[in-house]
Amino acid sequence: MRTKIEVRALKKSFASDKGPLAVVEDVSLTVQDGEFVALVGPSGCGKSTLMNIIAGFLQPDAGSVVIDGTPRTRPDSKGILISQQGSVFPWLTVRENLMFGLNGHALPQKRTLAERYADIVGLKGFEDSYPHELSGGMLKRTELARALVVRPDILYMDEPFSALDALMSLRLRSELLQILAKERHTTLLITHDVEEAIHLADRIVVLSPRPTRIQAIFPVPFGHPRKVAGREAQELRVRILSELGVDREEIG
Amino acid sequence: MARIKDMLPALALICVLIAAWWGAVAATHSVIFPTPWGVVTGTFELLENGTLWRHISASLLRVGAGFGLAVCVAVPLGLWMGWVAGAYRTLNPIFQILRPISPIAWIPIAILWFGVGDASPVYLIFISSVFPMVVQTTAGVHTIEKRYLRAAENFGVSRHTLFRQVVIPAVLPQVIVGMRIGLGVAWLVVVAAEMIALHSGLGYMIMDSRNAGNRYDLVIAGMIIIGLIGLSLDTAMRILEGTKWARWRYAH
Repeated sequence: MRTKIEVRALKKSFASDKGPLAVVEDVSLTVQDGEFVALVGPSGCGKSTLMNIIAGFLQPDAGSVVIDGTPRTRPDSKGILISQQGSVFPWLTVRENLMFGLNGHALPQKRTLAERYADIVGLKGFEDSYPHELSGGMLKRTELARALVVRPDILYMDEPFSALDALMSLRLRSELLQILAKERHTTLLITHDVEEAIHLADRIVVLSPRPTRIQAIFPVPFGHPRKVAGREAQELRVRILSELGVDREEIG
Repeated sequence: MARIKDMLPALALICVLIAAWWGAVAATHSVIFPTPWGVVTGTFELLENGTLWRHISASLLRVGAGFGLAVCVAVPLGLWMGWVAGAYRTLNPIFQILRPISPIAWIPIAILWFGVGDASPVYLIFISSVFPMVVQTTAGVHTIEKRYLRAAENFGVSRHTLFRQVVIPAVLPQVIVGMRIGLGVAWLVVVAAEMIALHSGLGYMIMDSRNAGNRYDLVIAGMIIIGLIGLSLDTAMRILEGTKWARWRYAH
């Protein structure tokens, strides 16, 4: 396997009233091409800051991010970020949103691609709808399709499903896995939901509270489709949770 | 039907006010102040001899010219000030000083620069409506949510696409709000300007009716017509606010 992302000794702190506040403290991580890595950590630990640095939206104070052997300095369309709040343009239709990132294609080609990906994520028939006419789940699908249609090498997902209800979140997780089985993107997922991480990832990185460091790494040795409720998966869940400071008794 | 029902209390109040006015004039035996019926006959007189249309179109043309000019200047200027921090820091203080100056205070300078022709009121309308529109457009750019700009940055779109598909549509609802404010002010100002320096328009018509023999029936007819036209202009701008270019903003 080829190395896709190499994170080297990242450090980042922000200015605050009480002086500099260290948020990311010496994080190093290697992600293989096509690998799905989940970053799990307590809320407020600096997960999003870490993701923003890796995706190129923030510059680290020290260390570097190397993608395909080239140091990354700014975001580009080879790695698309999907955030919790979402960024589907409310003034464009689903189709226009999907066509937005397709630079350098002819218009008919853009339309064909947009339609194909609308179909893949289950938005067929909603191409001409505006975002305010869609449900939360549909909106997430639009966001996902807009990212996939540009064929990115990497998907950066920052708690993508946490604003949805549990059922919708579960459905979108399965759909994401189906899509990734067909077209493999390297994926970096931030979540505070250990079960979601076990459901989706090949490897789970547990982050410490702020300033965040890598505390432990767990491979997820199960094939897809996975039974998150299975005994082995539950054991892994307990181990990860105890790494996060949740006792066995509390899990029940 | 429901809308008519909603309007009933207001219509009832208008009827009560007209009745009170009528009663007051009858009780005081005023020779100068007209009855509501006097205003109606006065209006018909103006309609029949054609002066009403002449004055209405004179006023509307001036507003159209001054307001149109203001839109052409304010929107690009507001976009520029919103986008370029240096432009904002340089121009905004000057605008904040000029903005609270009543358009009426500009009348002597308008006459000095543009004489007593049509250019003076057009200039006054321009001056009074350009500032609110610049302020609204600038604020519109400043309040574009960062997540949308980040998404555009992520997809690496051209500057042209960024403006055409993100900045302009994001700002448009605010621009329309600014236009609504600007047009309202323009309509206030045209009447005042015509009272002082001109020989046509609804403002002139009101002053002329008083000066040429205390025709207060025509004065009040003019006032009511000004109110009704102002209401129609505002309604037109409200319709613009309801179009698909602005609707995304209010549809949540």
